[in-house]
Amino acid sequence: MNIVSIKNLYKSYKRGNQVVSVLENINLDIEEGEFLALMGPSGSGKSTLLNLIAGIDSADSGSIVIGDVDITLLSESELARWRSKNVGFIFQFYNLIPVLTAYENIELPLLLLNLSKGERKEHVELALRMVNLTDRANHYPSQLSGGQQQRVAIARAIVTDPTILVADEPTGDLDRVSASEILNLMERLNKELNKTIIMVTHDPKAAEKAHIIRHLDKGVLNNAGA
Amino acid sequence: MNAWYAGADAASENRIITRNAISIAFTLPISYKDKIKKVDGVTTVSYGNWFGGVYITEKNFFPNFAVEPKTYLELYPEFILPQEQKESFLKDKRGAIVGRIQAEKYGWKIGDKITLKGTIFPGNWEFVLRGIYKGRDKKTDEGIFFFHWDYLNENLKKTAPRRADQVGIYIVGIKNYEDAGKISVEIDKLFKNSLAETITETEKSFNLSFVAMTEAIVIVIQVISFMIILIIMFVVANTMAMTARERIGEYAILKAMGFDWRYIARIILFESVFISCLGTFIGILLVFPTAHYFHKSLENFFPIFNISSRTIYLSIAAGFIVGVIAAIMPIIRASQIKVADGLRRIG
Repeated sequence: MNIVSIKNLYKSYKRGNQVVSVLENINLDIEEGEFLALMGPSGSGKSTLLNLIAGIDSADSGSIVIGDVDITLLSESELARWRSKNVGFIFQFYNLIPVLTAYENIELPLLLLNLSKGERKEHVELALRMVNLTDRANHYPSQLSGGQQQRVAIARAIVTDPTILVADEPTGDLDRVSASEILNLMERLNKELNKTIIMVTHDPKAAEKAHIIRHLDKGVLNNAGA
Repeated sequence: MNAWYAGADAASENRIITRNAISIAFTLPISYKDKIKKVDGVTTVSYGNWFGGVYITEKNFFPNFAVEPKTYLELYPEFILPQEQKESFLKDKRGAIVGRIQAEKYGWKIGDKITLKGTIFPGNWEFVLRGIYKGRDKKTDEGIFFFHWDYLNENLKKTAPRRADQVGIYIVGIKNYEDAGKISVEIDKLFKNSLAETITETEKSFNLSFVAMTEAIVIVIQVISFMIILIIMFVVANTMAMTARERIGEYAILKAMGFDWRYIARIILFESVFISCLGTFIGILLVFPTAHYFHKSLENFFPIFNISSRTIYLSIAAGFIVGVIAAIMPIIRASQIKVADGLRRIG
């Protein structure tokens, strides 16, 4: 069953008077529980495609159906509500809130859901256990290593049990060992929890963890899959 | 500003002041006293001269007046003096009384001999301290030195006879404050076309005329104060704008997670108001020791220097308003930023 279905997607940016085409006629289906890597050179449009799937950017035309919702038809506030329940974000630079502890960072997305404090605690503790950071719950991001921060970011991404996980260069800022730990963790999430993961990466080693690798070049998605 | 207007605020509605029409620097004959007393509605007439003496050196300046003591104390019940000290003061022509603040400052005790160096009336003038008064309320000036007008006048008769039998002002007690205008006109009419014409006005108006002489300073202080508030507002607004610019990425992450701009606006507003109010709170805490130090240093010029509750409320209001205004631009920026653009700025 397809969890993501993209049809005839176009996206362009205006640069002064010029219109620069970023994505051209993208058609992509991703099955539930899939681990997909999007690769391609810089400026090929892979992050833009990821942003469109995550509902944080808007397309010029075409449709993006996630589950059974065409997110291109949603308003800003509807999209915000939809993201809070359906998308977990993993960024290259972790993007944790520096003044919040690991626990509070993970709890953040839960504030938008109708959960009691106790329920939120349960969810956060479960997520912390999954990323093996229970003992770092009260540490601030500055007190954690890059790998640990990225694990906190992953815990934050999964704590709401979203439909899809989107990861933009999740190992781009990490050393080899930490990068390997993060990739193993993502692989576990995919295998054990059947999480659908869409990952943008430059790193072929990272892409090896994915079931399918799709290449983007100058806004065009190559059909060959791995 | 309250300190500046303290004299006018302390004025009584039942007292009017008669002075020379040309200027306060010119005197009036003592003979006017009996004529003023006959005006309908007048209860008591006292008089006095600004003495302008200094204690040991010019540095030790404080207000000192030669007054007719009995009537003066009747007209100024706000100067509270124990009965035995009052009697002792009235009996002794060289006697003087002083406010609590000056007595504490110079360590004076009852019975001490105090010598003032005259600046308007040359010579060393010796007094015996017979009483130390307290103010009835916070508005009362506790820094004035009073002595017998007769003591001054008798000396002048010997040393400068042409200056004798002259008073600086008459302080006139009236039955009904609503008659102040009518009585003032009556008094001035008495001395129309005389060598020393008079101007009679309420005590408040008389005191305000001194403030008016320094009004330019008051205006400058007010303008500077408003400029400072304006500058603080710009500094806070700029700090908040810089913070918002630095944290656009954070706001973008929150938006990506599903927080809408209203939630983020509340965070910015709370932060801005909190920082501004925290600054205000620290400022308010510091203002008391600062004002105390200022008061101690300039006690002679500002005998009443209290931080009013109105000042505190205005400070809190200003802090809150500055916080709200400073948050406006960052809120607009944060609400307009697109998530993808905001995320692109991180790294």
